[in-house]
Amino acid sequence: MKLVCPAGSLPALIEAVDNGADAVYLGFRDTTNARAFPGLNFSPKDLARGLEHARANDCRIFLALNTYPTCEKLGQAFDAVDRASDLGADALIIAELAVLEYAATHYPDLRRHLSVQGSATTSAALAFYREQFGISRAVLPRVLALQQVEHLARTAPVELEVFAFGSLCIMVEGRCQLSSFATGKSPNCDGVCSPPEAVAWDETPEGRSVRLNGLLIDRFAPNERAGYPTVCKGRYRLGDRTLHALEEPVSLNTLDLLPKLAACGVTAVKIEGRQRSPAYVGAVTRIWRQAIDRLGRCDAPPSEPEWHETLSGLSEGSQVTLGPYQRAWQ
Amino acid sequence: MRQAARRSEDPLQTAREPAGRTDLRIAIGPIQYFWPRAEVERFYENLAGRAPMVVYLGETVCSKRRELGRDDWLAIGRELAAAGHEVVVSTLSLIEAASELGACRRWVENGEFTVEANDMSAIHYLAERKLPFVAGPGVNLYNHLAVDYLSRLGMFRMVLPVELGRIQLTSLVEHLRAAGSSVPEIEYHAWGRLPLAWSARCFTARAVGRGKDQCRFECLKHPDGQRVATREGEEFLNLNGVQVQSAAIQDLAPRAGELAASGVRLLRLYPQPDRFDDVIDRFEAALAGKPVPLSGGSIEGYWLNQPGISAAGPSQ
Repeated sequence: MKLVCPAGSLPALIEAVDNGADAVYLGFRDTTNARAFPGLNFSPKDLARGLEHARANDCRIFLALNTYPTCEKLGQAFDAVDRASDLGADALIIAELAVLEYAATHYPDLRRHLSVQGSATTSAALAFYREQFGISRAVLPRVLALQQVEHLARTAPVELEVFAFGSLCIMVEGRCQLSSFATGKSPNCDGVCSPPEAVAWDETPEGRSVRLNGLLIDRFAPNERAGYPTVCKGRYRLGDRTLHALEEPVSLNTLDLLPKLAACGVTAVKIEGRQRSPAYVGAVTRIWRQAIDRLGRCDAPPSEPEWHETLSGLSEGSQVTLGPYQRAWQ
Repeated sequence: MRQAARRSEDPLQTAREPAGRTDLRIAIGPIQYFWPRAEVERFYENLAGRAPMVVYLGETVCSKRRELGRDDWLAIGRELAAAGHEVVVSTLSLIEAASELGACRRWVENGEFTVEANDMSAIHYLAERKLPFVAGPGVNLYNHLAVDYLSRLGMFRMVLPVELGRIQLTSLVEHLRAAGSSVPEIEYHAWGRLPLAWSARCFTARAVGRGKDQCRFECLKHPDGQRVATREGEEFLNLNGVQVQSAAIQDLAPRAGELAASGVRLLRLYPQPDRFDDVIDRFEAALAGKPVPLSGGSIEGYWLNQPGISAAGPSQ
């Protein structure tokens, strides 16, 4: 089982590498990747230094080029593929057909992973990407129950990577227009969900309110912990109730599922969080490294209580869930 | 105040001209909600008697909705085809279970009707069998090279992804033409709540404290979904099982001429439980070049490259 960790900056990359990541995924500082937030991602200089550090520690670097370029942005996307190849990335994480085709045609020897943004949930969809573009791995959207992941692992023509820990997108990635609908900026086109320029916090007599392009997403009582305002985790009116109509502010934690994921043949687990701090990346990577190293050992439990405590403390709203892996969540 | 702020402004400042007679066709999208079998049959019986259209059939939202089986859908398809309509069967948008994938493959192999593919699984099966197909709104086609790629695999029509508007469409068609590629028939969401997101979770069941596996077909109680408003009462989203839609209806009837001029060939109207005949009448009038008034509370932001929620502006 391989551990794939996020890096939104050089210090985060160093934390991930030093704490035992097998691979680090990252993006260029532009809209060619799905975490195009201000201050995140890699300048050419940082990337060169990051690659050197990863190489020295036998860690792979995956370049996320996973937005959906419109006609005008194809040149930028293809240029990003060229640059990633020139830099010596170990794999490209791609979602879109034209970018996949470009990479497969121009750099057939550079591994292509289907991004979670590619929304492939079946063996047939994976076969499509395998046959058309020669992908060697796919990251699965966070919609399948554990049994479905197990079934897919048996029938998939490519390696599977699944989300293990971090913020929980509850909608099929690559097919969610909630941010786009409210703000005009989307993960697919702009690499952002709830872009910071659309977010407005305000102290009001009723509590601390947060708006997205003017729409009231939530309002928090004085002692309530307030998360980042994504549409899917807001509180709304449904009939005469006010509630989290789509999802509570929780994070995914599959530490307890790790042995089953390994047993069914999943190749890699992915930690979400390119927007999180280097300290976060380091702490999460360290725990998951230890958990993976425990796999198959009979002389120790698969996980330690303090690992769970630490992970919960690092989670959005301090709450964790098995999410869609567990059918009751669905 | 906020409503006014979000009112869309037309970036190209094109006056809303009457359409003039266009060669646009009307396409009736698949029913997005769960209706009793008798309602569905009545709905299509009524459609059969209308002027020829493209009609998309089948369940695209949730595989647990089985008021009609595959044979029922095919029978409806035959009746519509006999009445002169072009019938297309639509596949499930989010496929998770092996049984759902098998059903998708059987739709592809139906042997009678063209298929609208709503994910890459369906496209894989269609391409393998070299069958012509429609790419539904769930297939992410954002540029001319991706469109051309699928055209070479058999796509002859595509429903533009919901978040793309006039500027991207115009550019797409220009790029396809400049590259000497064939331009598929372009279909655009012209009436109905926008499909915005899909999840493993059933939001309708969750709203009554149940999980998807214990849903007891809660969505039968909501023939056009459940509206979600902000805490200030602003209409925002619509829950429809595992799908999230816009609360407001995107209505582009007043812009039919503009759509045609930008390369759109089919206007997709999504079925609703009440007064759908009036909706079709209104679009038929728009296609005949008659001016049609804007419907109250509708949205049109996406077409104008604004946030999708932007309210439709007053008629000009």
